[in-house]
Amino acid sequence: MLRDITIGQYYQTESVLHKMDPRVKLGGTLLYIISLFLIKNFVGYIIAALFLGIVIKLSKVPFKFMIKGMKTIILLLMITVLFNLFLTPGEELVTVWKLTITVEGLRSAVSMAIRLTLLIIGSSVMTLTTTPNNLTDGMEKMMRPLKVIKVPVHEVAMMMSIALRFIPILLEETDKIMKAQIARGADFESGNLLKRAKAMVPLLVPLFISAFRRANDLAMAMEARCYRGGDGRTKMKPLCYQKRDYIAYICILLYLAVGITVGRILF
Amino acid sequence: MGIIKTKNVVYEYIRRDEDGNVEGITKAVDDVNLDINQGDFIAILGHNGSGKSTLAKHLNAILNPTEGTVWVDGMDTNDESQLWNIRQTAGMVFQNPDNQIIGQVVEEDVGFGPENIGVPTKEIWERVEESLRAVGMYQFRKHSPNKLSGGQKQRVSIAGVLAMHPKCIVLDEPTAMLDPNGRKEVIRAIRGLNDVEGVTVILITHYMEEIIHADKVFVMDQGKIAMEGTPREIFSQVEKLKNLRLDVPQITLLAYELQKKGILLPDGILTIKEFIQALHL
Repeated sequence: MLRDITIGQYYQTESVLHKMDPRVKLGGTLLYIISLFLIKNFVGYIIAALFLGIVIKLSKVPFKFMIKGMKTIILLLMITVLFNLFLTPGEELVTVWKLTITVEGLRSAVSMAIRLTLLIIGSSVMTLTTTPNNLTDGMEKMMRPLKVIKVPVHEVAMMMSIALRFIPILLEETDKIMKAQIARGADFESGNLLKRAKAMVPLLVPLFISAFRRANDLAMAMEARCYRGGDGRTKMKPLCYQKRDYIAYICILLYLAVGITVGRILF
Repeated sequence: MGIIKTKNVVYEYIRRDEDGNVEGITKAVDDVNLDINQGDFIAILGHNGSGKSTLAKHLNAILNPTEGTVWVDGMDTNDESQLWNIRQTAGMVFQNPDNQIIGQVVEEDVGFGPENIGVPTKEIWERVEESLRAVGMYQFRKHSPNKLSGGQKQRVSIAGVLAMHPKCIVLDEPTAMLDPNGRKEVIRAIRGLNDVEGVTVILITHYMEEIIHADKVFVMDQGKIAMEGTPREIFSQVEKLKNLRLDVPQITLLAYELQKKGILLPDGILTIKEFIQALHL
């Protein structure tokens, strides 16, 4: 049952976006999110939505996968919208019982909803088109300048990719331990929250012990294969910008210029 | 001097009780002398706790001896400056396949070693392809290691070591966690390396069937080398092996029992084929 969980919801298909350098996608997503918060009017939002629409079309990922990401934050979205709707002071529009909806409230609630929706869909386009491995590679290379101030960039990226590699193994192990404990009469499913949390102890202790043992083994295996940190390492799949990556950068900058001009200055 | 030579190697560890007080000193490896020639297929046998894994870890400087010296291709393992050259010369494959695969894709894992030693990108790809072909895993290069069987994972681990172009591979019970089919696959791959690529193989195991093709066998007991010789010489001493808590292959045991009952058979029969031939005579 635990094996059904997928982390890093990558969608395998062939598209320009899939082939693109992860750095472009990471940078692009960041710029897109910033643009959403700089845009102040609805014409701007239409431009942002259109841009996202084109990107989704290019990614060849079915739209319903994009929506999946929304499900997890629907509650957060509702709360934000409701708070904005009822608690913004200003010109009164309708009053129902003790709750007042103002013009300003309605405006900020709608724009907040649009912003969050575009933000979530926009970032899921990135995770859907980039393998976790590629993503860590991209992050490592983008953050390389931070090395000057002694941030262990390579080590962090290595840890992330090892963690990703071990997620399925540890899930399988959890499943095994769970079955072993159930066979000995452990009960994980009944009782209140506190009781269930307590029932997790015989699951978590062996899991942690085994994880430490694996970590120890892996460290030894890595050393035996001459791993000694990021210095002097070459890359099997080095990241280098292609023509399409430069074009993508230009597109993003163009969008940014148009979106912000229209969204803040005109109208 | 051979590719690997050890002289009077001793490795001690301190046993402690639960409060951390010293209970005593155990010699995991006790006065071991080995001299292994380039291109040999060596097997090291022993029951659990005989010190064979500890010895294996000395052969690529994961552990350093308390006393004595280990040379790998002429380099002393106590010499820190040679550490990475030693590890590149003597690769190591461990028991648990899950805990030694680093990459999320087979080819990336095989590329990990060459990346660490700074091989140029183009050559990494060549080495990865050639190593995966050598163990017969090339068609799985784009797969996730999690979806492979134990035997396949272990072959990927071997390819990962092979891609570093070692002169010698030490395999520490590579088949202990595999099913019989996986075991056969892995042993076939290891024999291929030795026969075709000419890599020196040091196979540590407690499965007798795996060592019948070895050039030389060492049997360890309580940290010492208890027996050494060709597989035939070793297996002809059934009683002594039993005393060392090791089982001989079934066919050898059968021949031995028949011999005891007075049937004329040669000593140290290793395979069913040999047994049949001996019966025909």
